[in-house]
Amino acid sequence: MIDVAAGFFLLAGALLALAASIALVRFPDVFSRMHAATKPQTLGLLCILVGLALRLQSVGAITTIVLIIAFQLLTAPVASHMVGRASHRIGLLDESRLSRNDLDD
Amino acid sequence: MTTVGIVCIALLAVTGTLCLIRIVRGPTTLDRTVATDVFIAASAGAIGIEAAIGRHTTTLPIIMTLSLVGFLGSVSIARFAARDDGPSQRTARDRKGRS
Repeated sequence: MIDVAAGFFLLAGALLALAASIALVRFPDVFSRMHAATKPQTLGLLCILVGLALRLQSVGAITTIVLIIAFQLLTAPVASHMVGRASHRIGLLDESRLSRNDLDD
Repeated sequence: MTTVGIVCIALLAVTGTLCLIRIVRGPTTLDRTVATDVFIAASAGAIGIEAAIGRHTTTLPIIMTLSLVGFLGSVSIARFAARDDGPSQRTARDRKGRS
């Protein structure tokens, strides 16, 4: 029973990673691609790690996996924020796509 | 369990190739940074799936290191891609001519 749940989580994680990469190819500019790169990718990795935790079921492994998940949740927003600010700085911003521009005004 | 794992690995292989397409085609370095981040997370996921199939914990530290290295890579590239992010909050518009 637990294997079925673990398999489901692994499959969900792989599909989410696939969605992230499909969006990465199809989206027009850096900012929309950043959406793709952080949200489904992080959730996909989380699902894979939860599936792994269900499969391993040993205390040491589960604590390590919780640590990895915490790292991933902490680092992904910081990385995409830095990338967004840098791409805004070097002028990659396409004003026509924007409704509001907080960093400029 | 192994068939699910093989299907997942195949999906992640497609993910890797799509990320490589974006890395090759990405007009700016920051596109490539974002694509590399997704690629590294996909490879960490693939290692996780392999560990789930084989039920061994030997590769757990690799996944942790990989996700941290991915993060450090994109942060350092983003840090140096914006060449002169000096203390003043000058934005891209008023430096359009120079950059």
